[in-house]
Amino acid sequence: MKKIITLVSLALGIGASVAHAHGVWIAPSSTILSAPQFVTFDAASSSVPFMIDHRPLVIDLLTISAPDGSKVTPVNVMKGELRTVFDAKLEQQGTYRLELLRSGFRASWKDAEDKPKRFMGTAEALAKEVPSDAKDLKVTETDSRMENFVTVGKPTVLKTTGKGLELIAATHPNDLVTGEPVEFTFLVDGKPTEGVEVAIIRSQTRYRNSTEEKTYKTDKNGQLKVTLSEAGMYWLDADFKDNKVSNKVAKERTLAYVVTFEVLPQ
Amino acid sequence: MRKWVPALIPALVAGVFANQAVAGEITVKVTIPQINTAEYHRPYVAIWIEKPDQSVQNNLAVWYSQKKTDKGEQSDKWLKDLRQWWRKSGREQSLPMDGITGATKAVGEHAMTFVEGKAPLANLPAGQYNIAVEAAREKGGREVVRVPFTWPVKKVEQAKASGQQELGNIAIELKP
Repeated sequence: MKKIITLVSLALGIGASVAHAHGVWIAPSSTILSAPQFVTFDAASSSVPFMIDHRPLVIDLLTISAPDGSKVTPVNVMKGELRTVFDAKLEQQGTYRLELLRSGFRASWKDAEDKPKRFMGTAEALAKEVPSDAKDLKVTETDSRMENFVTVGKPTVLKTTGKGLELIAATHPNDLVTGEPVEFTFLVDGKPTEGVEVAIIRSQTRYRNSTEEKTYKTDKNGQLKVTLSEAGMYWLDADFKDNKVSNKVAKERTLAYVVTFEVLPQ
Repeated sequence: MRKWVPALIPALVAGVFANQAVAGEITVKVTIPQINTAEYHRPYVAIWIEKPDQSVQNNLAVWYSQKKTDKGEQSDKWLKDLRQWWRKSGREQSLPMDGITGATKAVGEHAMTFVEGKAPLANLPAGQYNIAVEAAREKGGREVVRVPFTWPVKKVEQAKASGQQELGNIAIELKP
């Protein structure tokens, strides 16, 4: 009996992790600067955003783009047990964009002994490692984008790429203050999309009894309106599913978008 | 050229030729309070005229340290701590601003008179405004105080507000 319960909860656990890129975050030491300087970042995956309690984030695929489009190399990279740390020198006026794009295929199935198996990787590796006639085989394509913005001086207008799940904020993410409503538009492959599920959590959850997570869904224009009444660092996660797969091995595509932004008091 | 013409027409219509006596003026008195603390640094202060929608009409004064720190850091590094002014105007400006930026000021009352037609007040359109004063202090706090006024000035008037922490009395005197 105990075994069955374990198996059920494990299966549920897998389901949850597919649906949500939960608890993956990058937190900058500053988001608004009035002079060029170094900024330091923490990056981790954890039980709750901004809580350093689980694993460091692998940042091999991270890019930092300066306002003029040139790339900045992170320095003093330290991968600790619980978090990754890196610094970046921001020398230009305008908005720097940190971007961590991850895509691939996930598979789950049961082997001959009915044990649950999982795979994550490219479509080619999947073809080699996952038996195509496996029991209860489920293959999903995943595509996630994680972003962070830091501005020196005046914010720069942000551009989107038209690929995957992206955000256009009517107020620049480095221009948010308490009490002023913000309008978010979510794009899937460049098109405003209805039904994107969004969760927002303010930092420092340890010092309150509830995470006070707020959830939203985009309307038919791909929009949602939020008024953040408390100052702090916020984590926003957006998720969407469709069947626009790049490889027929998967039937479904899950898209995720994560951004960290700071809201200042008036 | 564009700025010249509108400035000239009302003056000609009124038949007044640069007569200072009829130009409205605002005197702003800002008190930087004495704060007893182990390590006191003079606050950074921004003073501006704010429109009813809280956008900035005119910057009047910005006091900050323009020296480099011991570490060679530019001291405009801390200007963002005047966070409301920074968001609404500071980040748009090229610093230092001529006739507006200056060194930090000592504890006490500092009076400044701004005259119509002269920078930085220039030609203020008729309307409701605030004088906004924001102060931020290293190892200290931050505060904004607003004093409302109506322009143009019809008769001599005074208005006052008071800060709680980083600012003392903010008094304005209006003269037609």
